[in-house]
Amino acid sequence: MTEQTFRLELREVTKTFPGVLANDRVSFAVRPGEIHALLGENGAGKSTLVKMIYGVQQPDSGEIRVDGMAVDIPSPKAARGMGIGMVFQHFSLFEALTVLENIALGLDEKLSHAELEKRIRGVLAKYGLTLDPHRTVATLSVGERQRIEIVRALLLNPKLLIMDEPTSVLTPQEVSQLFETLRSLAQGGCSILYISHKLHEIKALCDMATILRGGRVVGTCVPAEESSRSMAEMMIGGNLKDIRKGEGRALGADRFVATDLSLAGTGDFDVSLEAVCFAVRAGEILGIAGVAGNGQNELLLALSGETPVAQGSALTLDDKPIGALGTRARRRLGLCAVPEERNGHAAVPGFSLADNAVLTARGRKAMVRHGVISAPAARDYASEVIRAFGVKATGPAALAGSLSGGNLQKYIMGREVLQVPEVLVVSQPTWGVDAGAAAAIHQALVDLAARGSALVVISQDLDELLLLSDSLAVINEGRLSPKRATHEISIDEIGLLMGGVHGDHHAAEAAHG
Amino acid sequence: MVWLAPILAVLLTMAVGAAVFSLLGYDGIEAAREIFVEPLIDVGGWQDLGVKAAPLIMIAVGLSIGFRAGVWNIGAEGQYILGGLAGTAVALATWHLSGGVWVLPAMCLAGIVGGAAWAAIPAFLKTRFNVNEILSSLMLTYVAVQLLYYLMNGPWKDPEGFNFPQTRLFNDFQMLPYFSGVGYLNVPLSFVIALGVWFVMAKTLFGYQVRVVGQAPLAARYGGFSSRRTVWLTLLAGAGLAGLAGIFEAAGPFGQMVPQFPTGYGFTAIIVAFLGRLHPLGIVLAGIILAVTYVGGESAQASLGLPASATGVFQAMMLFFLLATDILVAYRIRLGGRAGAVS
Repeated sequence: MTEQTFRLELREVTKTFPGVLANDRVSFAVRPGEIHALLGENGAGKSTLVKMIYGVQQPDSGEIRVDGMAVDIPSPKAARGMGIGMVFQHFSLFEALTVLENIALGLDEKLSHAELEKRIRGVLAKYGLTLDPHRTVATLSVGERQRIEIVRALLLNPKLLIMDEPTSVLTPQEVSQLFETLRSLAQGGCSILYISHKLHEIKALCDMATILRGGRVVGTCVPAEESSRSMAEMMIGGNLKDIRKGEGRALGADRFVATDLSLAGTGDFDVSLEAVCFAVRAGEILGIAGVAGNGQNELLLALSGETPVAQGSALTLDDKPIGALGTRARRRLGLCAVPEERNGHAAVPGFSLADNAVLTARGRKAMVRHGVISAPAARDYASEVIRAFGVKATGPAALAGSLSGGNLQKYIMGREVLQVPEVLVVSQPTWGVDAGAAAAIHQALVDLAARGSALVVISQDLDELLLLSDSLAVINEGRLSPKRATHEISIDEIGLLMGGVHGDHHAAEAAHG
Repeated sequence: MVWLAPILAVLLTMAVGAAVFSLLGYDGIEAAREIFVEPLIDVGGWQDLGVKAAPLIMIAVGLSIGFRAGVWNIGAEGQYILGGLAGTAVALATWHLSGGVWVLPAMCLAGIVGGAAWAAIPAFLKTRFNVNEILSSLMLTYVAVQLLYYLMNGPWKDPEGFNFPQTRLFNDFQMLPYFSGVGYLNVPLSFVIALGVWFVMAKTLFGYQVRVVGQAPLAARYGGFSSRRTVWLTLLAGAGLAGLAGIFEAAGPFGQMVPQFPTGYGFTAIIVAFLGRLHPLGIVLAGIILAVTYVGGESAQASLGLPASATGVFQAMMLFFLLATDILVAYRIRLGGRAGAVS
């Protein structure tokens, strides 16, 4: 019996960057037609590994073999020539052009538009995908945009398709559709390398999984035979700590109320907020779910005070109207916020941690006297945050830009939470953050709620929201659904609400019927 | 590298400048020595350095505040002229008085207000209509120059001045005090002002606000800082200092207002600001370096026959090389590329 030739094999692949060993003698193999997961936290080395397979980077040592032959992959073009395709997490699409024009731009070979359209329709038919080549990208949902990227990769008839965190922007229904496409691809003999940290998806989809931690392969397993928990523990290399949520907490009076909060969007691609209504009680965590680009950012800016609204009473804190107030006034009244983007918005990367503390805590922590900043006060608060939240940094003088994503996020969260706000609004609290830091942030949010504060958590990570929230609402095209208690709503319902207009109206009615 | 780059820029300027002027037929190395080294060695000539350095430092620290916020005030020359004119207006109005210790401070205050008022126009245009302040402030400079010429040839002409286009000479009580060996009062004052600006930028909330707006405008909004207010305050502050430098020059070295008043300090101060890395203490050093090139350039004209524009050539080269060496702050030169780059 001949040895089966692997579609892709890595042997002792190593890659070093200054100060960081990104991949340490990584070896694994993918068979033809296999759906293989590459599992690991942020910073484990998955992206670097995959960049080497796609030719964006070159390994320092080790061997990559495709169909049994050792190869050099000097560029993505060369990778595509070998039948390796990749669908990136962040799309390269021009919103003002059509689907056809976008795909034409990225093609290696020169094709007429007519010929290209024929091929696109062929691919769509073969895999049962729906996409209109003449639609302008700006009108498409994120799931549909991802389909463009997939079609782009499939046009090359790939032998190996790499998917990088594909489901972070999809509704549950779109995820099922994607999985069907991938399964039929695999049945046709194409191997799939599926990068993700979402354990239940990997269990549902993948035949094999390689687990990376700290740049090394720490395990290979068959997901069907493992539990999500055992894979998670292999991923983080330790025991998972459960979030301790106080049982039988009594929720108090309404503290943070929005009544018909509306905000017109500026610019062509902004989302307008329309009559957003919600009420958050003392001790309650309201989770706001939604697919990216449906007004989450606009909502956060309206709640934090960065874009005040004309009608002051549209938003009240402890019955005080705050809608027309700016961020400083709202902070004085006890409302703190954390925006989605840590570099450049929530923190200044070129400033030290102490200077970043001055950014939002100077009022509530009395750091400014007669216009002069008290450097010791800023330093002390920064040290307090670093200590309480276990931020890995050299001290309050460390530059924010030098911290890892997870550590910076812990610092930013800690900076707001330790001000003990009455209301805290956060967006994407654990995006791009390793599991350990994410757990610490989650615990801090739960503890803050237990003290009687009202929390609003806006997130695209449904798992996170289901874990944290007492009640859930879904934002879609700037409109907020009525809030429902978390234990009363099903994933399907949430998915339909997230899909909104792009989804199926009739199915939504049927679900409620 | 951040601090080495300006030094490298100066050295490169000396080397390349020497080469250029050698090719033009002058003694290049001697020119470089005369311009850059002589003024520092000749202690007796340090007073001349002070005369040139003081306005440069004052205007440059004012500009640096705005530059750090990403507000590009290129019209400091115009603000300098307006400051001089406003102070001169007070001087001419009080000329007939026999004295008064309040007159000089009033002139200086008028200088600050005059300069600031000239920058209020670009500030308003930018915050209201999003007009690029580079263009508006620069164009206003030429308006200021024409205003100066008009006043010199018309209403402010000295009636006893034999019809020359210039104002009366200021009276003693309208002049800046002079200390032999040091220079006019503006020389020590400029250092005090630089120190003051350093304190404001490093220690106060206003300085913090400027830095945040310049580095991360979204974070500034998140932190509760209005970028509109920052545009206004930084433009007015920079222009006020330029205006003060203007009246200091009029009430000091000039002793009156003349059409030759615009000497280009407002533009050279931009070079000083960047050479000093937008840091007040660096600006003091950079101001001295540029003062050296002025003084050295003048003496090189006399001793070597270098053309008058030689000074400007060297100064411009310095800014050019500073921008070039700045690349080395973030990137390293490596000889021999590696195969396998991204296609």
